[in-house]
Amino acid sequence: MRQERVKTVIEPRSAWFDLKFREIAQYKDLLFLFVRRDLVAQYKQTILGPLWYFIQPILTTLTYTLIFGNVAGLSTDGLPKMLFYMAGVTCWRYFSDSLNKTSNTFTQNAQIFGKVYFPRAIMPISITITNLAMFGIQLLLFFGFYAFYVITGQFSLNLQPELFLFPLLIVIMMLLGLGFGFILSALTTKYRDLKFLITFGVQLLMYATPVIYPLSSLPAKYKPFILANPMTPIIETFRFMFLGSGSMNYMHLGYSIVFAIVLFLIGLIIFNRTEKNFMDTV
Amino acid sequence: MSDIAIKVENLSKQYRLGVVGTGTISHDLNRWWARIRGKEDPFLKIGETNDRSKAGNSDYVWSLKDINFEVRQGEVLGIIGKNGAGKSTLLKILSKVTGPTTGKITAFGRIGALLEVGTGFHPELTGRENIFLNGAILGMTKAEIKSKLDEIVDFSGCARYVDTPVKRYSSGMKVRLAFAVAAFLEPEILIVDEVLAVGDAEFQKKAIGKMQDVSKGEGRTVLFVSHNMESVKKLCTRAIVLENGQVKFDSDANSAVNFYANAQKLKLNLHSNSVWNFEDAPGNENIKILNINVSPINGDVLSISSGIKIEYSFYNRKEDINLATTVQVTNLKDEIVIHQGHKLAYNPKSRRGVYTISFHIQPYILNAGHYKLGLIFGENARYVLWKVEEFIAFELSSEFEKDLPKVLPGTLYLDMSPEVNFEPVG
Repeated sequence: MRQERVKTVIEPRSAWFDLKFREIAQYKDLLFLFVRRDLVAQYKQTILGPLWYFIQPILTTLTYTLIFGNVAGLSTDGLPKMLFYMAGVTCWRYFSDSLNKTSNTFTQNAQIFGKVYFPRAIMPISITITNLAMFGIQLLLFFGFYAFYVITGQFSLNLQPELFLFPLLIVIMMLLGLGFGFILSALTTKYRDLKFLITFGVQLLMYATPVIYPLSSLPAKYKPFILANPMTPIIETFRFMFLGSGSMNYMHLGYSIVFAIVLFLIGLIIFNRTEKNFMDTV
Repeated sequence: MSDIAIKVENLSKQYRLGVVGTGTISHDLNRWWARIRGKEDPFLKIGETNDRSKAGNSDYVWSLKDINFEVRQGEVLGIIGKNGAGKSTLLKILSKVTGPTTGKITAFGRIGALLEVGTGFHPELTGRENIFLNGAILGMTKAEIKSKLDEIVDFSGCARYVDTPVKRYSSGMKVRLAFAVAAFLEPEILIVDEVLAVGDAEFQKKAIGKMQDVSKGEGRTVLFVSHNMESVKKLCTRAIVLENGQVKFDSDANSAVNFYANAQKLKLNLHSNSVWNFEDAPGNENIKILNINVSPINGDVLSISSGIKIEYSFYNRKEDINLATTVQVTNLKDEIVIHQGHKLAYNPKSRRGVYTISFHIQPYILNAGHYKLGLIFGENARYVLWKVEEFIAFELSSEFEKDLPKVLPGTLYLDMSPEVNFEPVG
């Protein structure tokens, strides 16, 4: 009853383009168990735990409404300020959370990685999937406010047929968050101080993304820079499909897709090369 | 049986010493520049061995160096060696936790590594959820775990608590549950570290028993790392001895264990000279040992029946302290057999000068064999003035009839004055 034995070769360096997709697929059960573990653990720890996911975006949205909307008087493309900011904040938070949490995969999990082998990419991928739950909660909150504005007659329902592209937006955001996370986690293992720079950098990047202002309000000479940011078309498309404002540009969206896929693949290659010897440097 | 399960070729592993993290960018750039020009890595120094006690002249050490061996299918290979010999590094490379620096390993079959029980246990999850999580981390699929769930719960003996969060478990229960998951891991090649041998005696027995079943009954290949020579002898069919990152011996388990014990013996003849001049006497600024002598109390050969007299003189510089000295006798398994001291001065009134003290170990206490003698000098039974754990070595010979083995097992050899009574029946 001898079945075919798997051949494993352990060598100092693996092939450059070995993406280990097959290995990751073999461990898909582990992936979902990690997601489950993180969700359960987060909810069990505090009663207020899930509530925080509501409070935080509401506070952020209120702050933005007050400071950028009322004090600074930035344009919101004619949309109710709350809805405008909340749309941007919801998408941006998913991306930045995924990036921040995956960027220290190796240092955070050194304990478990030092004792047992599984494809390390499972860890950041599971984090990105876990974050989807929080994204879902914030999306619900957004829908709640949307409904409130529609019912009270302050805004009329304005869903666009491009709504069917919404799942694609989520996939692009996941790939972007993971891609950046992969590359940064490889770097933070070696140069630990980079972590502080990342938190700061992500915050800066937000101002280079149309979260607090619409793309249309930008002077033409800044537009190319803001459009080079792959998150720009995502937030613009999101606002367009749900609120009917902003622009829907398939060229820009296509750029985001290509950017996300290339970034993800490069990130995975770098990540896979780091996983081999990171235990010696952590 | 002749199929090769693991083939290790020229395996080496290099570690960087000191604080990793400073100057790595410049080293990286240097390396990269050398690679571009097709030169060798400038930071690899060939020929340096990993001897912890001596400071090397390179920042890098070879934790493993040119390791070559093969393991056949169904073999249980023991890996023995001192701390720092490279055992754990070898396991880590085999289990893919870290990569080798040079060399190649080819393995046929799924490798399952057990370097620690309970990896990834989460306190908030229930026992059942943790079984799935831990099993998946070790490489099992959900379906595999599901089919064995009842057996695992049964083996762990935690059936009643299986739906309780693990944070409410006693530490013993946690270990049992974790081991139960590991025990039902079914890779073709199993790598086990001796950490499994923690826990109470009953648990250890269960663990060893399960290991035996795995290797004997199911014909799987097992790699077993241990300091415990008895379990290596019991479990393994073959063993290799690692020393300073190199394979020193490769044979059946019994000879390997003997080789290892002998290799330690050879290292003992450090201080054959037992009288020193004041200038080069071992010690420090407070204590200097001038002479030491281990001799039989009766007769002129150290043996089980001769008794042992340990006598030494030392110079003490510190005045007016509570001075005490301790002798420590260790056997070759590194078990401390005796650790006993004597107060030389109290009501702090030690004097500057030479103290001579003798300790006596009565006949029929210690079994025959090799022993290491260490000395400790202390102040107020608290502060160590000077300490040396392996100072000199001595051997107790046995005096048995010719047909008995030279050394019988056991730490002690007592005069038990056996009394026999016999009544014929029928």
